Amino acid sequence: MPAKVWTIFRKDLLIELRTKDSLNAMIFFGIVVLVIFNFALEAIRESIRAAVPGVLWVSFAFSGTLGLNRMFAAEKENSCLQGLLMVPVDRGIIYLGKMIAACVFMLLTEAVIFVFSLIFFNLTVWREIPYVVLVCLVGTLGFTAVGALLSAIAANTKMREVLLPLILFPVVLPILVNAVEATAIILNTVDYRQLKLPLTIMTVFTIVFATLAYLLFEYVLED
Amino acid sequence: MIEVQGVAKYFGRFSALRDLSVTVREGEFVSLFGRNGAGKTTLLRILAGLTRPSSGDVRIHLSGPRSPQEARGGMGYLSHNTALYGDLTAVENLRFYANLFDLALDEAELDKRIQLVGLAGREKEPVRNYSRGMQQRLAIARAFLHDPSILLLDEPFTGLDQTGTEFLKDYLSRAHGRGKTCVMAIHDAVLGYELADRILVIESGGVAMDVARRSVSLAEFQQRYRALVKERSDAG
Amino acid sequence: MDQRGQARLDEFLGALLFAGMILALYMAFLQAPREKTMGDLQRIFYFHVSSGITGLTAFAVNFAASVMYLVRRNRWWDHVALSSAELGVMFLSIVLVTGPIWAKPVWFVWWTWSPRLTSSLVLWMLYVAYLLVRNYVLDPDRRALVSAVFGIVAFVDAPIVWFSIRWWRDIHPAPMLETGGLSPSMRPAFYTCWAVFQILFIYLLRRRFFLEASRQEVEWLQRRADMVS
Repeated sequence: MPAKVWTIFRKDLLIELRTKDSLNAMIFFGIVVLVIFNFALEAIRESIRAAVPGVLWVSFAFSGTLGLNRMFAAEKENSCLQGLLMVPVDRGIIYLGKMIAACVFMLLTEAVIFVFSLIFFNLTVWREIPYVVLVCLVGTLGFTAVGALLSAIAANTKMREVLLPLILFPVVLPILVNAVEATAIILNTVDYRQLKLPLTIMTVFTIVFATLAYLLFEYVLED
Repeated sequence: MIEVQGVAKYFGRFSALRDLSVTVREGEFVSLFGRNGAGKTTLLRILAGLTRPSSGDVRIHLSGPRSPQEARGGMGYLSHNTALYGDLTAVENLRFYANLFDLALDEAELDKRIQLVGLAGREKEPVRNYSRGMQQRLAIARAFLHDPSILLLDEPFTGLDQTGTEFLKDYLSRAHGRGKTCVMAIHDAVLGYELADRILVIESGGVAMDVARRSVSLAEFQQRYRALVKERSDAG
Repeated sequence: MDQRGQARLDEFLGALLFAGMILALYMAFLQAPREKTMGDLQRIFYFHVSSGITGLTAFAVNFAASVMYLVRRNRWWDHVALSSAELGVMFLSIVLVTGPIWAKPVWFVWWTWSPRLTSSLVLWMLYVAYLLVRNYVLDPDRRALVSAVFGIVAFVDAPIVWFSIRWWRDIHPAPMLETGGLSPSMRPAFYTCWAVFQILFIYLLRRRFFLEASRQEVEWLQRRADMVS
């Protein structure tokens, strides 16, 4: 089973590294969002550090949605999905491969956006970086666990690109709330023990929805 | 053996198949004729387990009866959609499917498959650069990579040039000779007639004609088919 | 039960509902005592909380129907899921409208991002999203399947949403039913309202269900007509 998840993940990675369609768009859009927030938050320039966690995660979520929308683009071309569905593997395997690919693309994007946010908002962080990486990892896993399932749902509707953010954001709200909370704890306090609660909730969310999506994915692909 | 019993498929008000029953024996080559929208593609997709019938039952016998979902590995589905990734090379496309089918095919074996469909020397090129006909050839190699015992074909000759058509025809008759079961939806009466053991015409979601090829000549079949289509289009 | 029996049951429920509503209005506005600090304003509580509970009931019904649809693949369950989701959104809309009406004079703001308000709003958005999904999938079989999946996701999400934001400071009155803080003199009015809202839900659920079932029957008849012609 892990071998087949790897096969699907590797295929998506290979296509993406060759074309860079999604990654370019995701990174650029993420940076655009940072710049827009820079204007929107002009009034609180003095205390902008407090707003950075929120800005970061809005930017991650927006660029992530862009990537999730593209997730089934390659499968739709030439009806590749049909070929994939003829393969005798559990549909959950396809979900896991796709979800890990989406997660990796999002993490790469987040790394670039984060570096830009350090420059734009004049932040100095070194000691905090391992914790930020941890929060991003858990948050992004949770985000894509739901995102991959809902992207497959949206891909088969007449409004695909428009529909995904509408149905995704209400569902991933717990991830966004806790990720912002956790990032704020890292950037603005010294007491990292407070991280335990948001990280726990995000982990529970991720496990619950990854399991649920693994089981329900076959219904979403059925025609 | 494929057993279809009372299968119907609705898309809302529109019914693609209505109470269709048919049995295909093992090793039989069936050509499906019918106008566009008659339900051929829907039937093939149901056999492939890609679409769930609204009612009725489908059994695929591959050493014991199974549902189409369980029988997936024993079936190959080739349509005019190539199911190839444009940004991957021919070898990468085949290796992807080989891995998913658990086939231990090494580089040399994959190259051989590509040569076999007449694409030697182009295996390291992205499929996007191929012509439509070349893509369809590779699609043949992809769909039957795992040497399935049931071949489901939906207009497989679309986009093929003369040599490509000859190649696929030859490929299919050899597969048939090796005892593979084939169900093929096709428009071209001559091609469909030549390859088949049995001819089925589907009209408005039901079987309108079911004859053994040996019992009719090509001219006779064409005449009857034309009359049938005319009668139906006059009626509906 | 045959069609006539169903119609009879609907008539009975309708009559019961009518009588119940008049009783509930009497109980809430005349029988229940005037609250000491908030005055008559507090009476909105009877309708606000009753709709909230009914909305939650509707979402639970939607979840159960979604699971049942995936197991049974019977359109019957899809009709139940659709009807209950629409009603849930409606009852929750009542909660979200009556809340601010009460809040403005008491808290001096229409809205505050307290956990209870925020989670109600998110819950409402989840089921609006559910209705959106239904709206954009054209094939009825696929629509039933996909929305059942989303219905399950939404319902599982709801408690996680609640836990995610519950440590925010809350100025919403603690649920008085849990703490036993509701004055005994107000209880009859509250229980009456609660019961009437449940009957309203059952009544509307049945009507909405039969509408959807008729729609499917029309579809079936149209198919038959197409076949004959």
